[in-house]
Amino acid sequence: MYLYDHYDQAMVDARVAEFRDQTRRRIEGTLSEEKFRPLRLQNGLYLQLHAYMLRVAVPYGTLSGAQMKMLGDIADKYDRGYGHFTTRQNIQYNWIKLEDTPDILADLASVEMHAIQTSGNCIRNISADQYAGATADELIDPRPYAELLRQWSSFHPEFLALPRKFKICVIASDTDRAAMRLHDIGIQIVKNEAGEIGAAFYVGGGMGRTPFIAPLVKAFVPLDELITYSEACLRVYNRYGRRDNKYKARIKILVHELGVDEYRRQVEEEFAHLQTLAIEPPLAELERIKTFFADPAYEAGLSDDLDLSNPAFAAWVKNNTAAHKTPGYAIVNISLKPVKTLADGSKQAGIPGDATGEQIRVMADLAKTYSFDELRVTHTQNIVLPHVRKADLFTVWEKLVAAELAEANLDKITDIIACPGLDYCTLANARSIPVAQKIAERMADKAEEIGELKLKISGCINACGHHHAGHIGILGVDRKGLENYQLLLGGCEGADTSLGKIVGPGFDEDGIVGAVEKATQVYLANKEGEERFLDTYRRIGMNPFKEAIYG
Amino acid sequence: MKIITGNDLKSGAVTWWNGAAWSLHVNDAVDMGDEAAAVIAAEEAARRVNGAYVIEAEQTADGIRPAHIKERIRALGPTVRLDLSLDPTATPDKVL
Repeated sequence: MYLYDHYDQAMVDARVAEFRDQTRRRIEGTLSEEKFRPLRLQNGLYLQLHAYMLRVAVPYGTLSGAQMKMLGDIADKYDRGYGHFTTRQNIQYNWIKLEDTPDILADLASVEMHAIQTSGNCIRNISADQYAGATADELIDPRPYAELLRQWSSFHPEFLALPRKFKICVIASDTDRAAMRLHDIGIQIVKNEAGEIGAAFYVGGGMGRTPFIAPLVKAFVPLDELITYSEACLRVYNRYGRRDNKYKARIKILVHELGVDEYRRQVEEEFAHLQTLAIEPPLAELERIKTFFADPAYEAGLSDDLDLSNPAFAAWVKNNTAAHKTPGYAIVNISLKPVKTLADGSKQAGIPGDATGEQIRVMADLAKTYSFDELRVTHTQNIVLPHVRKADLFTVWEKLVAAELAEANLDKITDIIACPGLDYCTLANARSIPVAQKIAERMADKAEEIGELKLKISGCINACGHHHAGHIGILGVDRKGLENYQLLLGGCEGADTSLGKIVGPGFDEDGIVGAVEKATQVYLANKEGEERFLDTYRRIGMNPFKEAIYG
Repeated sequence: MKIITGNDLKSGAVTWWNGAAWSLHVNDAVDMGDEAAAVIAAEEAARRVNGAYVIEAEQTADGIRPAHIKERIRALGPTVRLDLSLDPTATPDKVL
């Protein structure tokens, strides 16, 4: 994985010193909150319902064991013993003190981490496929390009005051595991008919109050023009994006209002201009970056055989591991969506994305010992060990069981994305987490029979819980001071991206749980062959679901 | 009743104006009537609070109950982690 050079480290260290001084001045009173607020936000520090919240960047979701351990230590030293992994492949701490924040940032900097550009109207943390570099179904590892974009976008003076925040995603596989087309710019590394590697640019996607699937703006950009084309896309947006209305300020609105053809024309015009300025980094820099993402030293000739005589282990292998590009290795998914069975037989679901400091350190140790010291954070709020020998899988599983991290539910109805919601977030209108827990507890015994079903819950229209992209989506709203939940069906974030549609009138907290259960019953009664919930919905349409839920 | 709430500048903790100082406990809050603006201005200037504002609440047999669910969650803690609440009697039902 990428290691800082002295420029990277100097930039991050300088920012820590700068923020330490700004914090001192705020506490002493020479900086007003009005002046300090944008400064703390530029360092990922929000003021939320209960305390300050610090959002730490995890570039393209990739972490070393030492970095992960530091995240666990911060949870224990500065927070209340836990952290929350987010749908942006980051981590947030909910109980941070302003006076501690410079020390936290210094601790992060000591392991080449920071919280820069995790807030504000700038280019945010670059996201990527969590299986990058490990999966057999990708063209090449997309992370060197994500890293190049990270370097280009960090402190880019022209793009620190965009009309609104800006999110970029990079993948290199037709199997989209990163919701690529729901980003402001989605980049897919592709091969053209001549066999050359380049980038397809999808621009103007996003969720929030006005969801759009990003249209294809350019099918092939040579890799030695990647940054120049990205800059052209941003420049057109920066020039014409709406600054008069924050609800219409995202690039998706500009692309929609201009029309993709006109937006493309303007980008091409800007691109031609930028090509004359020779802003593209030298290919030598890309080659330097690529060396950090070389394959680890896999052992050759390993067996793919596994002893699956332990049923719980077999279930975990089936649901939570994925094929690795190297024989004898597997990709391990660690679910952060536990559902315990209590002594009386009842279920108790955990908080999606939360992990204790100790659990975070367990995952760090597992990465160090069994996964070439590497982890990934997924946008589905889980953790990946990307390179585990199959011969080590049982041992890894046993250690995960001991840490209560071995829930075998990846992509099942209990593997729910949920934003922090009204329990933590000042923007939220309704709670998300208790709804996720109730659904998980109600549906746990049916999860295996139902199979793949991606359920996503947002506590407000900003859609941090990706409800538009859920096979089943839930949106919490405020109805005359009471929490109310709208049900959506048919969303998808994958290669066949689609946006969910609202089924009908909303429900209270218990009502939405019942509505979800009815939707799964309609699916099970109508599924044909190996159809997933989404396939059945697409075949039979909304009406059977609506009739069952409201009939 | 109208009570004042905000966040402690240094710690970020939710605080309530008790008539003389800031308390971590909503039950210490006092009815400010129309006097809130002056207190907020003075306390923010003194950097003892951040983002203070007035909310509606009612005095009940169980204590002071903010009118809006968001403020009740601020007062008692996340409904999903009431083990972190300052009120040992807090339950989800009490918050809701």
